[in-house]
Amino acid sequence: MNAAPVRKADKPLLLAALLALLGLLISACGAQPQPAAPSPTAEGSSSRGAITVLAAASLTEAFNQIGKDFEAKNPGSKVTFSFGSSATLATQIVQGAPADVFAAASPATMKTVTAAGAANTPKDFVSNTLEIAVPKGNPHKITGLNDFGDESRRIALCAPQVPCGAAAVKVFAEVKIVPKPDTLEQDVKATLQKVASDEVDAALVYKTDVLSAGDQVDGIEFPEAQQAINVYPMATLKDSKNPALAQAFLDYVLSPEGQAVLAKAGFAQP
Amino acid sequence: MPSPDSEPTLVGATPATRRVGTRATERPWQGRIPPLLAAPAAVALLFLVLPLVGLVIRAPWTDVGAVLGSAGALQALKLSMITATVSVIIVVLIGVPLAWVMARPGLRGASLLRALITIPLVLPPVVGGVALFTVLGRAGLIGRPLYQLTGFAFPFTPYAVILAQVFVALPFLVLSVEGALRASDRRYEEAASTLGARPVTVFRRITLPLIGPGIAAGAVLAWARALGEFGATITFAGSFPGTTRTMPLEVYLALETDPGSALLLSVLLLGVSVAVLALLRERWVSRW
Repeated sequence: MNAAPVRKADKPLLLAALLALLGLLISACGAQPQPAAPSPTAEGSSSRGAITVLAAASLTEAFNQIGKDFEAKNPGSKVTFSFGSSATLATQIVQGAPADVFAAASPATMKTVTAAGAANTPKDFVSNTLEIAVPKGNPHKITGLNDFGDESRRIALCAPQVPCGAAAVKVFAEVKIVPKPDTLEQDVKATLQKVASDEVDAALVYKTDVLSAGDQVDGIEFPEAQQAINVYPMATLKDSKNPALAQAFLDYVLSPEGQAVLAKAGFAQP
Repeated sequence: MPSPDSEPTLVGATPATRRVGTRATERPWQGRIPPLLAAPAAVALLFLVLPLVGLVIRAPWTDVGAVLGSAGALQALKLSMITATVSVIIVVLIGVPLAWVMARPGLRGASLLRALITIPLVLPPVVGGVALFTVLGRAGLIGRPLYQLTGFAFPFTPYAVILAQVFVALPFLVLSVEGALRASDRRYEEAASTLGARPVTVFRRITLPLIGPGIAAGAVLAWARALGEFGATITFAGSFPGTTRTMPLEVYLALETDPGSALLLSVLLLGVSVAVLALLRERWVSRW
């Protein structure tokens, strides 16, 4: 490059100024302490206003229904949901995502949030058991857990790092079968999708997922599932702008009405 | 080795290159960057670089031995490098001819064709993965007869990883090469034709050398895109250590349990890809 003489004065100065500014901003952000828990301020009414609920993906259908019922019972309230992998949601909460309630699919993911001091004491509200999912009509003639150890079968499991995968590991240890999966999926909905599209012969997912997949997927129950029951904890968050409404929502989920909706979706008592 | 009619001699003596050369030295404003441009340029640069700085700063360097030495990380890195490289070879082999067809003057429906080619760019990669399922999955349009005939299905094999990467990376190469073709001077091809060269000879001896840098730039973009490919891969190929779990999938999974090691893995992927690109670039710059 044959660059013409550069006027060296202004360019580095400007860059330095910008860098300094950004540096300041960064250090300011970094030095900021964990936001202190706001004292529950006097909200006008306990059942008015809006809250955001972060919930495990497996709760999608049931919680959407519960949200509607809750809003109908509490005029002037608005519940917004964000569903996703419990671990991802936990990370978002620890990073300061504005939310009021967290419903996790495993005690471990809830622990990430409580350990960071971001949540109040959690309560277990439902439990979920594993079930074998096969494409509609069981075209590949799956009979039980034995088929999961058959190398020639196409099998999908959740990765051991996520709750449904951890539960699967427990089950296979219990029945002393070494599974031969073709894929270890990131979350239970991705695992279910592989079954629904007939790309695998069978998968281990939650009972609630088999129900939510409707007529695309059939479920096969197995007794050993009782050895790996997954308990869902739920907590209000300390950063909540509307702690009264957050608590009201949590209470509603634990109430008979809320539990009935969850039972219909396939969840069991904790 | 250089014969009188070899490409470098021909290209080197063209009026076009001389014209470009003159233009470059004529810029009176070349040395000075007006603050009006410098400020947004600095913002853009910082916006790109700072997240990387954050990655490097926050990565738990004390665990570096354990994470990078783990079998999973090296397996994933190896798989990523192999699949991305194979993907780019395929992309170049099928993408350059497509770009050539698209850049032909007077091609009817060229704008529609270009819109079709940019689809993978705007499509969320996960949707791309689902789309691949519908065609090449075990129950797909082509995949089903293939599976019934041979018992072979693409999903959950390294071939599926490559297919997903080719799908998302191909547009980068095609658009880049097409741009190079349009910017190149077509008169040399015409001259060669009138002198009796067959179309294949014209393509090989005139067109390819003219657009070499364009192909190289497109291939680099495509390789980078293939290496970072995540959504279509996790959907269409699944995730299994050693067969389909590439580095981006390994990083995403690590985020579930150990964010620190996810940061380290990201830095490793970043470091290796920057090193490869820098090495290749040096080689290309010296050649072209």
